Amino acid sequence: MITDKKIATRDSYGHALVELAKEHDNVVALDADLADSTRTGMLKKEFPDRHFDCGIQEANMAAVAAGLSTTGLVPFISSFAMFAAGRAFEQVRNSIGYGHCNVKICATHAGLSVGEDGATHQCLEDIALMRTIPGMVVINPADDTEARAAVKAAYDYVGPVYIRLGRLAVPVFNDPDTYHFQIGKAETLKDGRDITIIATGLLVKEAMDAAAVLDQQGISCRVVNMATIKPLDQEAVLKAAKETGHIITAEEHNIIGGMGEAVAACLSENLPTPLKRVGVRDEFGCSGPAADVLKLYGLSADNLVKTANEMLNK
Amino acid sequence: MTLEEERQLRLKAAKVRLDILDEVYSAKSGHPGGSLSAADVLTYLYEKELNVDPSNPRWEDRDRFVLSKGHAAPALYAGLAEKGFFPVKDLTTLRRIGSYLQGHPNMRETPGVDMSTGSLGQGVSTACGMALGLKYQKKNARVYTLLGDGEIEEGEVWEAMMFASKYKLDNLCVMIDNNNLQIDGPIDQVMSSYPIDEKMKAFGLEVETIDGHDFGQIEAAMDRAKKTKGKAYCIILKTVKGKGVSFMENQVGWHGKAPNEEQYKAARKELEETLAKLEAEA
Repeated sequence: MITDKKIATRDSYGHALVELAKEHDNVVALDADLADSTRTGMLKKEFPDRHFDCGIQEANMAAVAAGLSTTGLVPFISSFAMFAAGRAFEQVRNSIGYGHCNVKICATHAGLSVGEDGATHQCLEDIALMRTIPGMVVINPADDTEARAAVKAAYDYVGPVYIRLGRLAVPVFNDPDTYHFQIGKAETLKDGRDITIIATGLLVKEAMDAAAVLDQQGISCRVVNMATIKPLDQEAVLKAAKETGHIITAEEHNIIGGMGEAVAACLSENLPTPLKRVGVRDEFGCSGPAADVLKLYGLSADNLVKTANEMLNK
Repeated sequence: MTLEEERQLRLKAAKVRLDILDEVYSAKSGHPGGSLSAADVLTYLYEKELNVDPSNPRWEDRDRFVLSKGHAAPALYAGLAEKGFFPVKDLTTLRRIGSYLQGHPNMRETPGVDMSTGSLGQGVSTACGMALGLKYQKKNARVYTLLGDGEIEEGEVWEAMMFASKYKLDNLCVMIDNNNLQIDGPIDQVMSSYPIDEKMKAFGLEVETIDGHDFGQIEAAMDRAKKTKGKAYCIILKTVKGKGVSFMENQVGWHGKAPNEEQYKAARKELEETLAKLEAEA
């Protein structure tokens, strides 16, 4: 299902949060002065007494959420990824992670697609930071359908969850009527024999576009959507490696510490397979329109096609 | 508080101090100084103040206690064990592999520990979260947290105080163990957090300063805290680091060091004498 509809996953989060709050009395939201941007403002409008603005205090917000969760509430906390995962890292580790507290960290404005705000706000480290915390689930949804489902799955899971969300409106390709999300399960969106692109977040759509071009070139490319980065679906990774022999990973994150590295570790330990990581190559981002910045750093279908050709020596 | 009640509390506190000494000596590491300065208030909390049930540590209507200065874990564990949350004999497993008594409190393994703490500044934020959660759910339970006077150099503490004021957390009691010493030296030389009372007032809390080793004063302050509406309450406890063991008192070197055998014996002798004297007063 490919439509022209584009929705930012932060919007999906806002909608899903309101729906969850309607169903469950124990859902509350915390924000750090960014309620409009992160879309927790949608819940604030519907249920003003269930939204707690913490002001510009991400560290305090994370630890407050840990305390709140011990009273039976399920706090969803939001800020930009840079601050939710970056500034508050140690609170997320020690107050939320160590106690395995039932807190859902829904971080928006992740990655280069923040665009004009530039490097200080373009978080390329959050996947790395969050996946090193024992027991933390890390999810990077690719579109509206997946993001809404992931937020609901996060509620159903008891324990800390990090969901990485974007500012940029992205195409909706999963059909909400048939789509089913399961934490820790990758989805093969397109089958292929020669090579597999394992993508996450907004690179999933780029991977599908790349696969279509590769098909025309006579290269049969599989596309796997790795929405859950931790726990990683090792079975899907190894199956793709075994059946296609070549793996490309694609993510809007530093190649250091990201999903690609998780895939690389899985392959190295179990089934060494040629691998290329497409992502930001240990650089800071820069200001510019999101689409242009993404292209500049090679986070595009074009670069995935080029990388596949290089790997297969075409 | 009757004289007999006070004597009982002092007796219990003396036991807690002996427990602390045994714990740290047995572990060959840990933080005796700040545990001993906090021993009296912790004794008061578990013996008199907190509405908790040792047979049901996760009872949802219980009062909560968060040891924000998590390095005083030996004092917390002693208070919990003396209250009956777990056997006193387990205290000497502190900091050993396989023990549920970790170097800093772990809520997942230790009965009665309401929050994992140890990274300074975070406990008080989690206490704010608990207070907000209980208030939001219209529960009468209260939340108590104990911070170090060095700990409040952390910026997060002041974020938490702003938060407590904004959400009018009058079910929250913030206690500062003001023993005047941190690892590198006296508070006012390392990074002064003074004046603590004026800062806390400026952040919107109701504040009072008391002798943190005087049970009568502790009781009166706790009562005023409970009667205060619309504001979080801050009790600054003037304390002596290492209190009860004369050679440890006011000595910065006893912040994070275990006594050797000779020192242990001397400290034990002194604390046992204190205990015997209190018992003889009956």
